Amino acid sequence: MTDPLLRLDNVRAALRLRGGEQELLRGVSFTIGAGEALGLVGESGSGKSLTTRAITRMLDPAFRVTGDIAFEGASVPRMNAQALRRYRQRDVGMIFQDPRAHVNPVHRVGDFLTEALVRDRGVDRRDAERRAVELLDEVGVRTPEQRLRQYPHELSGGLLQRVMIASVLLAEPKLILADEPTTALDVTAQSDVMAILDEQRRARGLSLLFITHDLELAAACCDRLAVMYAGEIVEQGAHVYEAPRHPYTIELLGARPSIEHRVERLPVLRYDRAAHELLKAEAS
Amino acid sequence: MTPNETRATGPATAGRAEPIVVARGLRKIFPGRAGDEPVIAVDDVSFELFPNECLAIVGESGSGKTTVARMLVGLETVTAGELAVRGESRAAGVKRLADRRRWAKEVQYVFQDPYSSLNGRQRIGDIVATSVALHAGDTATRRAVQRRALEILDSVGLDERFAAKHPHQLSGGQRQRVAIARALAADPAVIVLDEAVAALDVSIQAQILNLLADIRAAREVSYLFISHDLAVVNQISDRMIVMEQGRVVDGGRTAELLAEPVHPYTRSLRAAVPRPGWRPVRRERLAS
Repeated sequence: MTDPLLRLDNVRAALRLRGGEQELLRGVSFTIGAGEALGLVGESGSGKSLTTRAITRMLDPAFRVTGDIAFEGASVPRMNAQALRRYRQRDVGMIFQDPRAHVNPVHRVGDFLTEALVRDRGVDRRDAERRAVELLDEVGVRTPEQRLRQYPHELSGGLLQRVMIASVLLAEPKLILADEPTTALDVTAQSDVMAILDEQRRARGLSLLFITHDLELAAACCDRLAVMYAGEIVEQGAHVYEAPRHPYTIELLGARPSIEHRVERLPVLRYDRAAHELLKAEAS
Repeated sequence: MTPNETRATGPATAGRAEPIVVARGLRKIFPGRAGDEPVIAVDDVSFELFPNECLAIVGESGSGKTTVARMLVGLETVTAGELAVRGESRAAGVKRLADRRRWAKEVQYVFQDPYSSLNGRQRIGDIVATSVALHAGDTATRRAVQRRALEILDSVGLDERFAAKHPHQLSGGQRQRVAIARALAADPAVIVLDEAVAALDVSIQAQILNLLADIRAAREVSYLFISHDLAVVNQISDRMIVMEQGRVVDGGRTAELLAEPVHPYTRSLRAAVPRPGWRPVRRERLAS
């Protein structure tokens, strides 16, 4: 077997506090193969965003991180500064929930899109702009030449998120980390942005780690799902949405109201930390 | 108006009660910034809210749904049209403090983010007691007010230990319970819930939706439920109206409208909701 593109092996992250340590990632393991999409699903505080930060080695230094993260077989925690920079710039592309927080508001869209190519890869500016225009067109942005001269505040949220997708694709990464990329968008814009991301990713054979709280959305866009609870993956695989086995996943799916039918009362999650620890103790 | 308006008129509950809230041809125009055209945020909106029902206003961002709600509680002025609560017009805006208080007693507002709508320096018990005292009149004794505040907190699932805490010591779901308790403290006829469960985790959202159903089972109150989430709207509302760019484009009984949406905009909203077997689809190219 060849190495998967990304492998997390028993990743733990403990926050150093005055009174001791608090472990917030408690043994996270998964792999993503080339061209594969994994949905990492969980509620707030489950550790899904911490996991993405661990993958790019961007966790706060107050965390003590153990376990291994390997990208194409190379250990990310052991990368030197040069290798790490290359990994972050070329191998991994990131899309965030709030695109506005990740663009410089006083730079034009064109500068934002071409900056990395021109500065880090030595691409000629005109060449970079031509590529940016092509990509904006591919992600469904009308009049792309005009967009390059606009500022971020002149674009709607859905449009700006497409610009973010274009900027990630421009860097030609192997893996896209998308952290709640559509949470701030309307449902129609969400459907649109996810369709574009899905289509572009497949066309290029890119891998995707899709972080979301929305099990249904993740199921529609990913090959496999991993469900996180309290810093652990409780269940993962291709079966999770259709045939969940873990009580937390089952309860989480049941608690979401349905557009098809209405229930007298929504089932409330009984699964909590105590149930979680008990279940783990029984399993071991 | 649209052909669907007829579907939206009758109350969902039985009986021929008078509507509590009536909006007729409601308009709100915000002046544009220097050199810009004025923005028509709400354009010819009509609806009725009946006693003891939940009416949802559904729409995407910028559809004007929040502006309608804000006009109802007097947070925005009305540009044109009629907006009345129990037959009394609110279109002219608040003139006196006594009016504002009387209005607030009838229509209370719960915001999306309880953290920014609760006073961080006030204890939970005091937040609710302040609202009780404000609307109880001068006859209520201090002790009666405190007791009532604790009862209301208890009714939203927060026991008396919470009364001494501050908002920052609570989780998001608990804070939203406090915001609901504060609204209930006025003993209102209408509670406006503006994306009140949108920011909550699924597990907490279910609890708050159940709480809102429990409150309606225990007392007579109407909800004006502002939301972009059709699954949540399906769970909680009797009737809904759909807003697009300031106008009401569709309306009717929620279950019927969502089971067989006819209007193209309602259909597109319905089609964009992830569900079993769903795939995201690309729209036409975006110009904005």
